[in-house]
Amino acid sequence: MALDLSVENVTKTFGDFTAVNEVSFAVEQGRFFSILGPSGCGKTTLLRMIAGFIEPTAGRILIRGNDMANLPPNRRPVNLIFQHLALFPMMNVAQNIAFGLQRRKEKKPEIDRKVADILERVGLPGFGNKKIDQLSGGQKQRVAIARCLVLDPAVLLLDEPLGALDLKLREQMKVELKKLQAQVGTTFIYITHDQSEALVMSDHVAVMNNGRFEQVDTPRKLYAHPKTPFVARFVGDNNAWKGIVADHREDLCTIETTDGQIFTAGAAPDLPSGTPVAFFIRPEAIIIAPDAGLDDFNRLPVVIKSILFDGANSRLLATPVDGEKELMIALPQNRQYDHLNAGDRVDIGWSARSASCFKAS
Amino acid sequence: MNAARARITLPFLIFVTPVLMWLFLLIVLPHIDLLLMSFRIEDDAGATVWSLVNYLNFFDEPVYWRTFTRTAVYAILTTMITFAVSLPVAFYITKVVSPRFSGFLSLLLLMPFWVSELVRVYGWMILLRESGVINHFLLKAGLLQRPVEMLYNDVTMVMGLVYTSMLFMVVPLISVLESLDDSLIEAAYDLGGNVFSIVTRIIIPHAMPGIVSGGIVVFMLTLGNYLTPNLIGGKNSLWFTEQIYNQFIASFNWNQGAAFGFLLLILSSSIIWIGLKLTRQKLSQVVQ
Repeated sequence: MALDLSVENVTKTFGDFTAVNEVSFAVEQGRFFSILGPSGCGKTTLLRMIAGFIEPTAGRILIRGNDMANLPPNRRPVNLIFQHLALFPMMNVAQNIAFGLQRRKEKKPEIDRKVADILERVGLPGFGNKKIDQLSGGQKQRVAIARCLVLDPAVLLLDEPLGALDLKLREQMKVELKKLQAQVGTTFIYITHDQSEALVMSDHVAVMNNGRFEQVDTPRKLYAHPKTPFVARFVGDNNAWKGIVADHREDLCTIETTDGQIFTAGAAPDLPSGTPVAFFIRPEAIIIAPDAGLDDFNRLPVVIKSILFDGANSRLLATPVDGEKELMIALPQNRQYDHLNAGDRVDIGWSARSASCFKAS
Repeated sequence: MNAARARITLPFLIFVTPVLMWLFLLIVLPHIDLLLMSFRIEDDAGATVWSLVNYLNFFDEPVYWRTFTRTAVYAILTTMITFAVSLPVAFYITKVVSPRFSGFLSLLLLMPFWVSELVRVYGWMILLRESGVINHFLLKAGLLQRPVEMLYNDVTMVMGLVYTSMLFMVVPLISVLESLDDSLIEAAYDLGGNVFSIVTRIIIPHAMPGIVSGGIVVFMLTLGNYLTPNLIGGKNSLWFTEQIYNQFIASFNWNQGAAFGFLLLILSSSIIWIGLKLTRQKLSQVVQ
């Protein structure tokens, strides 16, 4: 498939500080690509380099095969949706959307037709004469998207546009944005620090940290097989343990944690005995009161410290009977565990291969 | 209940009385007196009688209404030039330089206003006169054969007026541009806008209240300016304030001077009213 965007070894330094460090990736046509990272990881700098507001210190940015070097933002076939949308308050909805078309010197009837058409597509037919401050948060969002999409950009860049919305609307817009992208087929590059936004909407997610890409993968693989400790910690919740490899056999290893627990875990072959490791187990991978007789299974009696009720996202906080480490355990709300209370002892366990294990840095 | 009302109104009265006194004694009362004066003349016997002659004189004598129109046109021109010069300055101070530096730049703008207008105008005269600094250097450099008189013409006068009133345009523009979100400019740029379309479609519409309030102040100051047109405009550049001055001081005809004063007031009020209508601004919003 044709590449809409390829970024080759792009670096950006500000004085001594390296904001973006040797980043390379390519996005195929029509994909929803997210860049996920904590604030200050360089994702906004990267996005602004693609949009043309910042020139990279080194490396190339190609859009549909054309080198974008020294091309100002107004001449690049990309459009950016700003964090706070940056709709023009001095114009109405139709004028906002027509702004880019007028800059291209298109004919008035053509502009009117395209504006009406795009408003229809984003689900705001007849909103042309409304003022910007008459719109709700979600409607503003859609006008901002329409204002960019009407120009038919090769790539649409989105800079955390859902950040300012309240939770309910954000959940709704996530789904809408995904649907809209599938419908218009434009390549979306979406940056966010919210892992749920990235996981729900994207075809591919790049996890960024300290100016580098840690891992580029599908959301499912990113979640199930993180390649670095940072990804394991940042994407989804994880219980982290430190320990030393005590024994290594085939694809499993035995780990002794610093607080004296012994577990088996699935392990890469480059972890010989004696290696210090960090290993991670997801809250929902832990089974409460597991059946007896499972193979390659870790078992552990724990004391429940407290129950964190949060609907479908409810958790147990527990510590091993003979340890200090606090564990987070998913608590399914299917009434099976209603009898559990703080202070109870309960057996937990997880399959050895559901834990990820990395060499400790 | 009466006691409660008194508690609210007494402090209010204390604060509002000086303002009302100031307004009434220093503005309303003298203006009423001037208005009455403008409708009276001395007849042959030396007694004062009611008459419209003072106003009719204005229309009969071409030099009066020509100076009047000239003053209005040049005041509008000065306001426009001041705006054209101030917008880039205000934009540079608010959006281009780092915030630490912008305070310093605003201070630099303010500095000339620590000396009186008279001194500033003489400063310009030292620079521009026939034996002045600029002529001296141009002669030394061999660019001129003989010194040129740069004072006492309309161009220099307008330049002097722009210089005098620039600060009053820059300050409201700075405050209104500070409230302009940078991302609006970036968004316009990203959507294909160039410098011209960003200025005309984004910056000017956003800055309109500041432009109008700065424009009103600059226009009023320029229209009522006496020093600058008198000193560097010279005899060739008559300003209507000079006519009023002449009536009061030279001709000792206070009645005529009062009539001219009122004509100037009507002129400035109506031009500002037209300006507000054209830009679709409301006075109450602009003065905020």
